[in-house]
Amino acid sequence: MTIEVDNLRIRFGTREVVKGVSFRVEGGESFGIVGESGSGKSTVLRAMAGLNQQWDGRIAFSGRMVEGRREPAFFRTVQMVFQDPYGSLHPRQTIDRILSELPLVHGMDGIDRRIAKVLSDVALPQSARFRYPHQLSGGQRQRVAIARALIANPQVLLLDEPTSALDVSVQAEILNLLSDLRAERRLTYVMVSHNLSVIAHLCGRVGVMINGEMVEQVSAEDLRLGRVHHPHTLELRSLSVELEEPV
Amino acid sequence: MLVEIKNLRIGFESRTGLTEAVRGVSLTLGTEKLGIVGESGSGKSLTARALMKLLPKQARIAADTLAFDGIDILTADERRMRQIRGRRAGFILQDPKYSLNPVKTIGSQVAEAWRTHKGGSRREAMEAAIALLEQVKIRDPRAVATSYPHEVSGGMGQRVMIAMMLAPDPELLIADEPTSALDATVQAEILRLIEELVSERGMGLLLISHDLPLVSHFCDRVAVMYAGRVMEELKASELLSARHPYTKGLIDCMPSLSHPRARLPVLTRDPEWLA
Repeated sequence: MTIEVDNLRIRFGTREVVKGVSFRVEGGESFGIVGESGSGKSTVLRAMAGLNQQWDGRIAFSGRMVEGRREPAFFRTVQMVFQDPYGSLHPRQTIDRILSELPLVHGMDGIDRRIAKVLSDVALPQSARFRYPHQLSGGQRQRVAIARALIANPQVLLLDEPTSALDVSVQAEILNLLSDLRAERRLTYVMVSHNLSVIAHLCGRVGVMINGEMVEQVSAEDLRLGRVHHPHTLELRSLSVELEEPV
Repeated sequence: MLVEIKNLRIGFESRTGLTEAVRGVSLTLGTEKLGIVGESGSGKSLTARALMKLLPKQARIAADTLAFDGIDILTADERRMRQIRGRRAGFILQDPKYSLNPVKTIGSQVAEAWRTHKGGSRREAMEAAIALLEQVKIRDPRAVATSYPHEVSGGMGQRVMIAMMLAPDPELLIADEPTSALDATVQAEILRLIEELVSERGMGLLLISHDLPLVSHFCDRVAVMYAGRVMEELKASELLSARHPYTKGLIDCMPSLSHPRARLPVLTRDPEWLA
């Protein structure tokens, strides 16, 4: 599913936090947005997901423009995964209840079968189904959050820092899971992260944001080789290269 | 030795029995920079907190030696501990948002820290606070001193925390994930600042983090913890020649910008590491 974002502007009160961002993601591609806190990267993602309804510009999925408020059908094709698996799952609901919410709302059939399938897709044991979130580890919870997004068989996943609350060993598992799922289901990803290496690992192309503007779009390959122009991209890249290697 | 820990054990009593979170950790620290690295639940923060006797009430603590500059922490009373905490050993926590008082100006908080330990008049304390803010490289210390914590950025907040910790000229600085809540560019600045101040003042540094390569840039030695034990202790410069499979696995499973891989190797946890 192709995604187009054209001249997206978002303001909170009098303050403009996203100042005309444009990018295009081809179907099956994975696009990353990197930036520091306050750069507006998550705000862009939330507007795409329909969580923020006040924006100007144009957002289109498969050539179809979306309004601020979305049809229920929209959420069957576009789903979002949030940063904190501790905060994004209801603490008093079992995994079964959490996963059946969306199929119930959309009146889907075969909920039981869907849940069993999606649990195995994200490599969770079936026994996790009747557990509560606090009985699972951080990595398992993030798998539940991904399963919840996948249960409607969406075509687009919007990922907001999906691994930054996790330990590096767990991060590796989740990143592998995300690349497998994308290949199997031909998903289109838009991922936001502050970590350049994580973005470059999962995404073919990267947009760099600072102060509400997307100042550069480069391929992951160019990013690796240092073929970048904007000073902020250069700074982020050199920090990442310098700090990721042990002395 | 500034810090001496021998066979430290910390457990938590629960309905189902005793859970040991730290199982026989031994470390020593002089005037140097030691990093403790591990994943969540490895017991790294508990080890540091035990040293300041800041553990939750239900914690059971035992050790052959747990000493700060020769003072036995296990038997020290609250009065004794208060002479160490803050004054001789500063503690920097993860998120300045929760460590600073939201209804007092930054200047008054730093001044309070200075005055508690050094005495003197209010005016002297405020002047000292401004000098301290300058030392942590805040560009306009006078303006920052009159602002409230919510008016400054995360990085600035962490600088303020460091300034407060420096007020009584401590001999040891414990930093528990001091930059995890900060952006990459700010993170490097703050760690460089801590490193500089520690070297300049001849202090000991205990840097706790989950980020192994990062820690190796700012420490002399690194202790790698897993499930309440120190798996391996090595010089930061020798990290690449680490022997323990856990240390190797931790370094290997990070995505790297310069060495791309289609799949990340996943850490296989050997049950023997728990033994």
